[in-house]
Amino acid sequence: MIIVYAGLLLGVLGLVFGGVLTFAAKKFHVEVDERVNQIKECLGGANCGACGYAGCDAFAQAVVDGKAPIDGCAPAGAKGIEKIGKIMGMEANVGERLVARVICQGTHGIAKDRYVYDGYKSCAVAAGLAGGPKDCRFACLGLGDCQDKCKFDAITMENGIAHIDPDKCTACGACVKACPRSVISLMPESQNVIVRCRNSDVARAARAVCMDACIGCGRCKKECKYDAIVVENGYARIISEKCTRCGECAAVCPCKCITIE
Amino acid sequence: MNEPTSILLFFVSCVLTNNFIFSRFLGCCPFLGVSNKVETSVSMGLAVTFVMTIASLFCYMIYNWLLVPLEITFMSTIAFILVIAALVQFVEMFLKKSSPTLYSALGIYLPLITTNCAVLGVATLNMNEGYDLLYSVLNGTFSALGFTLAIVLMAGVRERLESSHIPECMKGFPITLVSAGLMAVAFMGFSGLFSSLM
Repeated sequence: MIIVYAGLLLGVLGLVFGGVLTFAAKKFHVEVDERVNQIKECLGGANCGACGYAGCDAFAQAVVDGKAPIDGCAPAGAKGIEKIGKIMGMEANVGERLVARVICQGTHGIAKDRYVYDGYKSCAVAAGLAGGPKDCRFACLGLGDCQDKCKFDAITMENGIAHIDPDKCTACGACVKACPRSVISLMPESQNVIVRCRNSDVARAARAVCMDACIGCGRCKKECKYDAIVVENGYARIISEKCTRCGECAAVCPCKCITIE
Repeated sequence: MNEPTSILLFFVSCVLTNNFIFSRFLGCCPFLGVSNKVETSVSMGLAVTFVMTIASLFCYMIYNWLLVPLEITFMSTIAFILVIAALVQFVEMFLKKSSPTLYSALGIYLPLITTNCAVLGVATLNMNEGYDLLYSVLNGTFSALGFTLAIVLMAGVRERLESSHIPECMKGFPITLVSAGLMAVAFMGFSGLFSSLM
């Protein structure tokens, strides 16, 4: 008799709990907007935090709630943003794909060293130590603060300066924020003619610290038929909207600081 | 002794003298597993407190109102496990719906508790000691608070251990177990306290 009771009790308890749980699963079912999952699939998925949210999940939720802009995720790329736009039923305003570029050519031997830095491998630390290990106060220090921040493995350190692989770059902007010297900037991908220097010292001083420094001579400006180059603060700058990527400026630059990718 | 005093003494007894981890040695796996950081250990402690309180209540009811009348008290362990497992599931669903903040704070710890021996331990203890309904629930809450105290203290110790120089062979689990042992010895000091208060 006891064994019957025992079996019955467990059976009944199991049934009751099962029933209650089934009921609870229905009753307490939390509606998860399916758009959240769809959007999550379009995102970069690196939880890089460049959008300002705690991660990709939080960003997707914020987009659905209408708190975040649909183009807030740079790593999603133009295609991803377009997809998100479709999911949300909004027109995506997709600009051209951006990439981060290093505005410095001061490799070892080109840019002069001020002292031999042998301390903690961080640009921020080195930059604070007597003006940094390179004579040029605008130079890339090449100690890899940007590399540490890059979630996409796009940055490598070569010969004392950073290199960014444009194919891997998602323009999330983490490296731009990490660089203590503001050497990295975001540019349209098609902008392949680049002035690789931002030294605003006068010509002599600039040339004294780096062989590839822009001396602000204005040869490129004269050569440019489209008025796309301005020389301000001692260095040349290309206006992306006017530039036709003809490359004439690079040919005449006496300092070889305009390069074509 | 009047009721409030005896409840206070019961509290001291559960939290210090009969601490679940240091004198009963129950719930040692989450104690060692989730005590890396103070923050997570507090969440775990909260989750355990929550579940142990409710589990003591339900296990008391199942035991005294179903198992005893049917004279099948030998089924208590399996019945308790069933109750606890179902309860944790239910609580998880309920929290997810009603309090997403609490759910995200406790979330990952709740399922862990299903297999926590401290929860089954408190139900069995209530049964063996013959506590009434009030004391069963109090025993659940207070013992779980003792568990929380132990796990938070341990997390504090482990955070300090992270940054101290420890011989290579003692790093990680060995030193953790040694510290846990020392803490248990310290808690043994409380065992005289209760009898002198009585």
